[in-house]
Amino acid sequence: MGFFLETLFGGLMVGMLYALVALGFVLIFKASGVFNFAQGAMVLFAALAMARFSEWLPRWFGFDSPVLANIGAFVLAALCMIVVAWLVERLALRHLVNQPGITLLMATLGIGNVLDGAGQLIFGSAAYKIDVGMPKEPLIVLDKVFDGGLLLNTEDMYSALAAAALVTLLTLFFQKTSTGRALRAVADDHQAAQSIGIPLGRIWVIVWSVGGLVALVAGVIWGSKLGVQYSISLVALKAFPVVILGGLTSVPGAILGGLIIGVGEKMSEIYIGGHLGGGIENWFAYVLALAVLLIRPQGLFGDKIIDRV
Amino acid sequence: MRARPVGDVILDVRNISLSFGGVKALTDISFSVREHEVRAIIGPNGAGKSSMLNCINGVYQPQQGSITFRGQTFKHMNSRQVAEMGVARTFQNLALFKGMSALDNIMTGRNLKMKSGLLAQAFRNPFGFGSAEREEIEQREFVERIIDFLEIQPFRKTPVGQLSYGLQKRVDLGRALAMEPQVLLLDEPMAGMNMEEKQDMSRFILDVNDEFGTTIVLIEHDMGVVMDISDRVVVLDYGKKIGDGTPDEVRANADVIRAYLGVEQ
Amino acid sequence: MFYRENGQFKSSYRADLALFPIAQDRWAMLALAAIAFVGAPLLASDYAFRAVLIPFLILALAAIGLNVLVGYCGQISLGTGAFMAVGAYAAYNLQVRIEGMPLLLSLLGGGVAAAVLGVMFGIPSLRIRGLYLAVATLAAQFFVDWFTNRVAWVTHDSSSGSVSVQTLRILGHSFDTPAQRYLLCLALVIVFGLLAKNLVRGAIGREWMAMRDMDVAAAVIGIRPVYAKLTAFAVSSFIVGVAGALWGFVHLGAWEPAAFGIDKSFQLLFMIIIGGLGSIAGSFFGAAFIVLLPLLLNGIPRWLGLSMSTATSSHLEHMIFGALIVFFLIVEPHGLARLWSTARQKLRVWPFPH
Repeated sequence: MGFFLETLFGGLMVGMLYALVALGFVLIFKASGVFNFAQGAMVLFAALAMARFSEWLPRWFGFDSPVLANIGAFVLAALCMIVVAWLVERLALRHLVNQPGITLLMATLGIGNVLDGAGQLIFGSAAYKIDVGMPKEPLIVLDKVFDGGLLLNTEDMYSALAAAALVTLLTLFFQKTSTGRALRAVADDHQAAQSIGIPLGRIWVIVWSVGGLVALVAGVIWGSKLGVQYSISLVALKAFPVVILGGLTSVPGAILGGLIIGVGEKMSEIYIGGHLGGGIENWFAYVLALAVLLIRPQGLFGDKIIDRV
Repeated sequence: MRARPVGDVILDVRNISLSFGGVKALTDISFSVREHEVRAIIGPNGAGKSSMLNCINGVYQPQQGSITFRGQTFKHMNSRQVAEMGVARTFQNLALFKGMSALDNIMTGRNLKMKSGLLAQAFRNPFGFGSAEREEIEQREFVERIIDFLEIQPFRKTPVGQLSYGLQKRVDLGRALAMEPQVLLLDEPMAGMNMEEKQDMSRFILDVNDEFGTTIVLIEHDMGVVMDISDRVVVLDYGKKIGDGTPDEVRANADVIRAYLGVEQ
Repeated sequence: MFYRENGQFKSSYRADLALFPIAQDRWAMLALAAIAFVGAPLLASDYAFRAVLIPFLILALAAIGLNVLVGYCGQISLGTGAFMAVGAYAAYNLQVRIEGMPLLLSLLGGGVAAAVLGVMFGIPSLRIRGLYLAVATLAAQFFVDWFTNRVAWVTHDSSSGSVSVQTLRILGHSFDTPAQRYLLCLALVIVFGLLAKNLVRGAIGREWMAMRDMDVAAAVIGIRPVYAKLTAFAVSSFIVGVAGALWGFVHLGAWEPAAFGIDKSFQLLFMIIIGGLGSIAGSFFGAAFIVLLPLLLNGIPRWLGLSMSTATSSHLEHMIFGALIVFFLIVEPHGLARLWSTARQKLRVWPFPH
């Protein structure tokens, strides 16, 4: 029982982290109607920026404090993501207004390629570390109730809390502010939104910046956990089934989807994976999402696609 | 003056009720359609006319009621079944296949009649092996007669997205005609047309009814057209039936006048 | 004025329905066939065959298969690599486990196996639509990745996880030299290309396009959505499976599961988007673009006399590739096929502007 609970918590925490990356997808999709295949590349780019700036800043300005280095690096990396968002809007999105979904999808794949190459060219392609002072020792709780107590990964816990905070902030932003409403209008119909005076270009820069900042936080968390290297961009591949499961346009869906996938993955790896030779976490999330879709074709909270004839 | 006299009831709609979530689109609608007649459905916007056609077609499934076609009663119509039974329709918003030419759009209407299997089509050749080429040519001949009838010969190879609205409406009609239907459901076939185009379309509709004996059920807003060409009229308002009879009867109906012109002084 | 159809009147529907109704097109195709079948084997170098022509042909075939599903039937598929893998491994198992199995039958068997998988993963398309469907094909991709890696039976219990095919022999004649292998691929690609072209211009092709453009209206005309979608998945996966088998047998010779990963799926998707969705010719254009571009990008530093590390040049290549994709999508979202048909239109009326 103790082991089950450990696995459950572990899954919930990892799920929160998936939800964070998924949130980047949902935000961009909600507001620009684009399924951003470059999200993984954005996470990598942001993580690289963070890692390298935290290395370079002390050298450039000659100070010692790692806290200052981290804060400075975070700010600089955030600025970089905003510049990226501005460039993406200016050079790509502006010219692709109202193109069909698959064209936009392919465009983001292209953008992802550019970010991959640019990130590694500017910041280097070795493996780097991010150290924001996350505690590394595991926490042992409830050792009176369960024999030996439950082992909780503290780093994951703090990360999950940070992710939850960010998620709450973003949900509020979308639901409660007028900018949020404008973003939802844009997601529905680019040309209609333009025709009522919504500044499409500015909205897109805002959205992609927010997406970039989400990618930055995700990059810091995952980078601190796994180290910053090319494989971080593959985290985004895990976020797809989360987004699909939750519904492409739903922020609470991304959260719930993340938790379900996180728990599902951990549970299946322990309880089923042994029988099948291990390594099933690569496809389990997708099969789980597929199973849910067969029951609810628009995801848990997605908008139903209605055709009028 | 008509080639085939109006016959027995071919389509009988009984007590159809349809709602979407909380919105009641149709409440207890019943009416009949006789063979070879031109039956109009009229009513203000939002009255549920298109929804009624969609129920007959199997696009929507009504919560209550039944539809009887040639003696067979159905609670739910399945689109393909309906098509096989000989009911075709056009759409208010032109559901044409934008990626194909006018000719190809009308050819899709012949799909029900085409029998060649997948392999036969793959190995299609002009040398006589297999039936696919021959069938394609036969169906092309049939479709060309429809193209002649609708006078759209110069536009047959043009992608429909590039055609004017009036021409697109004709292609929509052509596609429905290609199915050789016994009953033709027309959803606002003259919407957005000018006087001349309306006269052309009326002529086509009457010709179809005259030459092929096709029963026509049409939704239309232009009162002049409705009164001119229909045999009987059903009037809907807010999902309920408020009138049913010949054009003259319906024109004198107080409820109908109130629905269209508002409350009396 | 060279391309005018003046005087070429069709007096029968049969003539109008011909594959190449315009006389100039027929001459052009004959010339192309002459170059492909006779000119290339005489003039091209071994390197050209191995690095350019053979991958171009096989990828073009795979692109045709993917185009049937995505371009003609409008169903998103992000798992093409998996179907190629199934084709390759199934063909491999047929070839090595059955004594005296003819090569062509193995290749076709690979296609059939891929088609079966395609129909299975196509069943969700009956209920799930649009981007959500992408998850089904991605599930196929990752599942097959895992399956070919973990299940030893697939690789004939190979200890290294990779398999190889040494000789290609049909009716006693073996295809050893690159030129011979090129001709084998050319013949197969032309045959399957013609079959695909016949399908897309016939009744089933119109059903597929109707499903793509407006599936509700299609149902009302009497088109069966289930049949249309599943046949699209089946035909598409069959062609992709055969291409996968060719990729493994002829181009790679020896391969492991990573050869058919998600990168391949994206590569094929790029091909059909850049080449032109819903166009058989476009599949060829797209394949040529994707095969030639890296070679060009690789060559530029050398021609310009710049020296840079392989890491730098590979990053730059990545960036330029991505930028070109975006540029292309902005400039001609309908792909090279549309550019080509616009050029032909202009040729028809040249030297007049319209």
